[in-house]
Amino acid sequence: MSKAKVATVWLDGCSGCHMSFLDMDERLAGLASKIDLVYSPLVDTKDFPEMADVTLVEGAVSSTDDLEKIRKVRAHTRILVSLGDCAVTSNVPAMRNRFPVQAVMDRAYRENAQLNPQTPAEVVPALLGKSIPVHEVVAVDVFIPGCPPSADTIHFAVSELLEGRVPDLSSRTRFGI
Amino acid sequence: MAAPVKVVTLCIDGRDVSGREGETVLEVARQSGIEIPTLCHMDGLEPVGACRLCLVEVTGQARLQPACVTQVSEGMQVATVTDRLRTYRRMILEMLFSERNHVCSVCVSNGHCELQDLAQSEGLTHIGLRYRYPTLSVDASHERYVIDHNRCVLCTRCVRVCDEIEGAHTWDVMARGIDSQVITDLAEPWGHSDSCTSCGKCVHVCPTGAIVEKGKSVAEMAKRAKFLPYLSMMREEW
Repeated sequence: MSKAKVATVWLDGCSGCHMSFLDMDERLAGLASKIDLVYSPLVDTKDFPEMADVTLVEGAVSSTDDLEKIRKVRAHTRILVSLGDCAVTSNVPAMRNRFPVQAVMDRAYRENAQLNPQTPAEVVPALLGKSIPVHEVVAVDVFIPGCPPSADTIHFAVSELLEGRVPDLSSRTRFGI
Repeated sequence: MAAPVKVVTLCIDGRDVSGREGETVLEVARQSGIEIPTLCHMDGLEPVGACRLCLVEVTGQARLQPACVTQVSEGMQVATVTDRLRTYRRMILEMLFSERNHVCSVCVSNGHCELQDLAQSEGLTHIGLRYRYPTLSVDASHERYVIDHNRCVLCTRCVRVCDEIEGAHTWDVMARGIDSQVITDLAEPWGHSDSCTSCGKCVHVCPTGAIVEKGKSVAEMAKRAKFLPYLSMMREEW
């Protein structure tokens, strides 16, 4: 049996969901015999593959870069999974939504800057007007709420998906956690 | 001498149950171990049927009925779990989550919140509606308590407990529809209220992290609302 191609993507989140993924500890060794991690902040591949079977997305869609990435990922993924509250609800990144983008940028790069206050004009991607959940941009197949979802929850969800089942997570996780 | 109690028999979810005349479908269901989800309801306060989570189907009635304010009657046939009800309950919860800014992960009531619990028990994994992200205030002018309108679901438990139990009627609701907001006195800062006795009942009946004690951090604000039925009972006996 060929291994399932699994990818993980990190948009506007704190990486806590990826830390929780790593918290699967020795179970990662078990997963390694069933999956190829084809793209992830945890590996060194630069380009998203032609087609991933399952992609776990951490983080909200907050910048032009996030937007471009998630559209590309969706086009090259069979089962797209929103992993964690930022992807599912936009969570903490969305707390800036009540402020205009310029005010957010000024706060981060000018008001709180100790040295050389200036708003970046290149390299740093422009923020969208609002930080939004992944499913407001592209179709999402599975939702795993939690901040972060526990390693047990992620392990259960991935295992179920590899068996071709849709995981029922209602008793395992919730918004917040 | 008290009037004789009339007992009515009815059928809830295929089970024959009995209750006293004047009792509600919700009361009789819970006495019989049948759980109906509620949010605005609280034992010890007058029911208002505001949140609509307890809607049930009653045979012979086209409209859904809120179990908390619908009295039982002889021969009534009630269904509390159907696909139609599940759809409506989820829709109500999705509207509540998208209407204001509920950020469970950083909320003082994380893990002790009735809205969060309902989302889980009703199997809500995401919100299909677009979030509104409204700009709402936080009033921390009171010495001991805070009202965070971002987390308020307008259940009016605070309004009712303050009026019915404490007798102060500091809380009320202003404006209409989506602009509705709970207020203290005539929409003055809570800390300036002349009528508030600082009893804290509103804090402990609030189902979410909207009315909380000062100084609590994430997930620290557990509410203690069990006192309420006893207080009401004492008042009735006196």
